[in-house]
Amino acid sequence: MRVPLSWLGEYVDLEPGTTPEDVHAALVSVGLEEEEIHRFDLSGPIVVGEVLEFTEEPQSNGKTIRWCQVRVAPEGAEAAADGGPAVHGIVCGAANFFVGDKVAVTLPGSVLPGPFPIAARKTYGHVSDGMIASARELGLGDEHDGILRLATLGLDPEVGTDAISLLGLDDAAVEVNVTPDRGYAFSIRGIAREYSHATGVSFRDPALAVAPIVSGEIFPVTIDDQAPIRGRTGASVFVTRVVRGVDATRPSPAWLISRLKLAGIRSISLIVDITNYVMLELGQPAHGYDLDKLTGGITVRRARVGEELVTLDDVTRTLNAEDLLITDESGPIGLAGVMGGASTEISDITTNVLVEAANFDPVSIARAARRHKLPSEASKRFERGVDPAVAVVAAARVVQLLVELAGGEADDLGSLHDATPDATAIDLPTGFISRLIGLEYTAEEVRTSLAEIGATLEVTTDGLAVTPPSWRPDLTDKWTLAEEVARIVGYDRIPSVLPVAPPGRGLTLSQQLRRTVANTLAATGHTEVLAYPFVSETANNRFGAASVSPGADVPQIKVANPLDGEAPYLRTSILPGLLQIAHRNRSRGLTDLAIFELGLVFRPEVGFEYGSAIVPPGAERPSDELLAELNAGIPPQPLSLGVVLTGNTVHHQPGQPAIAASWQDALAAVQQIAVASGMQIEVRQGSHQAMHPGRTAELFVTTDAGSEIVGYAGELLPAFAHEHDLPGVVAVAEINLTAVFDRAGAGIIAKPIGTMPAATQDLSLVVPVDVPAGDVRAGVAEGGGELLEHVELVDDYRGHGVGEGQKSLTFALRFRAPDRTLTAAEASDAKLAGVAVAAERFDATIRE
Amino acid sequence: MSAVPITPEPTEITEPAVTEAVDAALAAIAAAGDSTALRAARAAHAAEASPLAKLNALMRTVPNNQKAAAGKLVGQARAQVGQALTAREAEILAAEAEARLKAEAVDVTAAASTWQAGARHPISLLQDRIADVFVGMGWEIAEGPELESEWFNFDALNFDEDHPARAMQDTFFTEPTSAHLVLRTHTSPVQLRALLSRELPVYVVAPGRVYRTDELDATHTPVFHQTEGIAIDKGLTMAHLRGTLDHFVKSLFGDEATVRLRPNYFPFTEPSAELDFWHPTFKGGARWIEWGGCGMVNANVLRSAGIDPEVYSGFAFGVGIDRALMFRNDVKDMHDIVEGDIRFSQQYGMAV
Repeated sequence: MRVPLSWLGEYVDLEPGTTPEDVHAALVSVGLEEEEIHRFDLSGPIVVGEVLEFTEEPQSNGKTIRWCQVRVAPEGAEAAADGGPAVHGIVCGAANFFVGDKVAVTLPGSVLPGPFPIAARKTYGHVSDGMIASARELGLGDEHDGILRLATLGLDPEVGTDAISLLGLDDAAVEVNVTPDRGYAFSIRGIAREYSHATGVSFRDPALAVAPIVSGEIFPVTIDDQAPIRGRTGASVFVTRVVRGVDATRPSPAWLISRLKLAGIRSISLIVDITNYVMLELGQPAHGYDLDKLTGGITVRRARVGEELVTLDDVTRTLNAEDLLITDESGPIGLAGVMGGASTEISDITTNVLVEAANFDPVSIARAARRHKLPSEASKRFERGVDPAVAVVAAARVVQLLVELAGGEADDLGSLHDATPDATAIDLPTGFISRLIGLEYTAEEVRTSLAEIGATLEVTTDGLAVTPPSWRPDLTDKWTLAEEVARIVGYDRIPSVLPVAPPGRGLTLSQQLRRTVANTLAATGHTEVLAYPFVSETANNRFGAASVSPGADVPQIKVANPLDGEAPYLRTSILPGLLQIAHRNRSRGLTDLAIFELGLVFRPEVGFEYGSAIVPPGAERPSDELLAELNAGIPPQPLSLGVVLTGNTVHHQPGQPAIAASWQDALAAVQQIAVASGMQIEVRQGSHQAMHPGRTAELFVTTDAGSEIVGYAGELLPAFAHEHDLPGVVAVAEINLTAVFDRAGAGIIAKPIGTMPAATQDLSLVVPVDVPAGDVRAGVAEGGGELLEHVELVDDYRGHGVGEGQKSLTFALRFRAPDRTLTAAEASDAKLAGVAVAAERFDATIRE
Repeated sequence: MSAVPITPEPTEITEPAVTEAVDAALAAIAAAGDSTALRAARAAHAAEASPLAKLNALMRTVPNNQKAAAGKLVGQARAQVGQALTAREAEILAAEAEARLKAEAVDVTAAASTWQAGARHPISLLQDRIADVFVGMGWEIAEGPELESEWFNFDALNFDEDHPARAMQDTFFTEPTSAHLVLRTHTSPVQLRALLSRELPVYVVAPGRVYRTDELDATHTPVFHQTEGIAIDKGLTMAHLRGTLDHFVKSLFGDEATVRLRPNYFPFTEPSAELDFWHPTFKGGARWIEWGGCGMVNANVLRSAGIDPEVYSGFAFGVGIDRALMFRNDVKDMHDIVEGDIRFSQQYGMAV
């Protein structure tokens, strides 16, 4: 809402010298957030001039200019406002004026919006000592077919008069943001009231300045809403008035144009300007119909299927059965509360005007405005609630202005339909507001604040019965009254008291583990990034499952209104986002990357219908069954960790060759977080459709119920790396951390730490090449028994001395007994027991 | 070819003979430049075949009455040579150690490393810090899904079904829209989840990701982060809200930060306030910064959770983490936060 200061000053006393910034500061304190300040951005001297004579001079470029002598100082004065002569010679390109016309002259030294400084300058063989301004050059409107003749605004001022104040160009407007609960603040009336709350100056209600007119003859109006939305009739108030004999061609006065302009509304024609002016003044949208174009009386009803309406913007709109219409016997003549129809539009030849001021249901108007994508000044106000009591005043105010400015005559034909329900009082127990806010308000403060906002108060046995004013439909309970008292007294008076919460239990284990995982990865050289979770169907089908049958899709969720049509699905995997980020980094010359993200993935299960058909109402707790149903309808969203490495993990340095990222780095990342967070994540050979078939590890956790796969690590399928423009090897890992964390924290059972001397031996076993080393090691460890404390793979040798199809795995073994120094023979026996298991399972033989 | 002069074998212990042997020994020791030369000098002048050793061997031939004098003469000579050897040896070892260390010098600015720098994302770090502030006050951390039921995201929070925020232009819906699932537009649904699943009183904060259909530009992103706080107890007031926010902003931004509450409107709070805070040392100068919304939890929200608003009251607040990072660390463009350029995270390392 934009508020011209001159207008505001009509309803509250502004201290002399009050700046727009002062007004902003005052309004902010009562909850109207400051936006911009609007000005005409010009400076004088700009004065009224009279064209004394001119000569037309055709130019070689085809134009004809006028060389004018313009008097710019009052009769008898020797110098003009710029210190120059009383008569200035001015070159003018326009041809729409006559000798004797009064015009606005921008004298040298003045500045027009642009900024466009005016100076005496040589042009077309003359020194043009200033400029005759058009309405557009002054910032008053769009008119640029010639200069502004003051007579067209109904003005005949004395020559030399300051044109800036004459035309209202010295005014400024403050713009504030109006929250959706304060529809009344979409008017100068409402803002002035708030300004008085903020500053304590008294408020003169413009709605009391006009006497509602009592109709004689009744203009026929029927409210016939057969399909109220959410039980609310479309129109609760409908007022009509007739004014006859208006001159629609009269100019709008300058003050009206400048105020509309500052308020952000373009001047259109006098009658339309008047209805807009009243809307800004009182917050009541009003509409004028050309009475002679109406057929019969008015009926307010819902649209019928297939009906159409050509709106004022000349667009043919197909109507919806929920649309509320203004109709006459010819059919629809307006989309109620949104936009009028073209068939009854006011024009230059209109003489008789039917004025409408109505109160429409906010929901009905909001839906219609959204449906037709027609957010108008009127719909904006109705959506937020218009004071139902002001319609009759606004109609009278429009009539008053049509009589004053357009030469019309008020007719006693009209109508008044008012089905506004009586306001109900709210019980406000004594002390409630102080208890809620934490500040002791006196009874006087409570009463004064509520009276100031326009409420009527009645003392009851335990407090007050508060009846909110008609313009405050948002005041519905004692909590809303508490906000009013708190803000009128001032939020800055609320003290600061730190509440003491009951003892908490800190982070949960999974919250701690989440941090540990992120910190560990960062400490081991990985950089955390945060990708958008929007991906393509292809990406989900690749990464969302280890395998899918041909032609089948990975179950996934599509966004109904995506921003990026290429990526309308919610990610089932962290990896597509990471690969995109890897590509972005690479394209910026950052080639060595180890990145990770911790985030939710969206993993619907096959064949399950998510969501709920119905949404329970608010303000009451749904039944346990209904809550369970709502929760069951939410797709699983486990916390997932993705890691991508590409380029070198160690770059080439003096004495240090580069080390390229490989599948082993992906596994190392998994092991780092497993160790750091005390989780057991085991590894075995696996396969995943997005990964290198020979370089994929399946990650699993062992549970009582067996083993559960929690992720994959290894090398990205080279073809996919290529698609993402990532040269060389791309190592990837992804783990479902929710699944892992769910099993964490079982508690470590501490083993005694043996202090007897250890015995170490090496063991080389020859096995077939396709036997996983991890399995052999597990066999050796199992057979080695209690005495074998530690087994480590130290070599994998193939070639000379080892048979074709075989490999030699060398393990370093460490033996220890809890109670004695082991002999070499005991250690060897334990080793051989391990060899026996490996021999049995994998045909392992000791390499001599 | 002339004959090599040969020092005749001494036949008796004489002072000139001893002096000559000592002089020769001291000269050789002094001339030894390194351990090898010193070893040679020791062999030539202090070992068994050395002149002094040979003189010493003559002791048995010395008559008894002269033994003491001869013994003293030779003994002192041998001690003198021994001391010279020890001293020279220490000098040579020290010089050699010094030379070795000098030779081992490196250019520390050219160190090769086998590890690389990693980093946390500052958004996650900031969320962790905020969580720590509240955990320190006894609050707990609550969580909820990002793809959420409309009831939790809107209805339960007192958003009317015709509230403009529910229109397609702000909220991401998923297909089919009749299933009433949305990407949560704020972390506020976690309020309801906390109230429905926990025993009263409840004091929790909920950090997380939220979604709005804003195109990415320098100050907007469709995917951003909030931290929500809610406290429900008997007797909680708006003064407690201010107290909590005061403590919060001072903890996060320093003791000079102060809070201003400004009347505003949110469906889920009444009274509602805009949370501004003032900080004297931000880039661009001291100013008020709009940081989020807050207020007393709307009675209808309590009713949605089955809590009697006549018995319990409480407050809630929500702040933007991305925005906080922007003004706290002078991040000028939202693109830097969302694009995943590793240089952005690496400015922070492991602390924000």
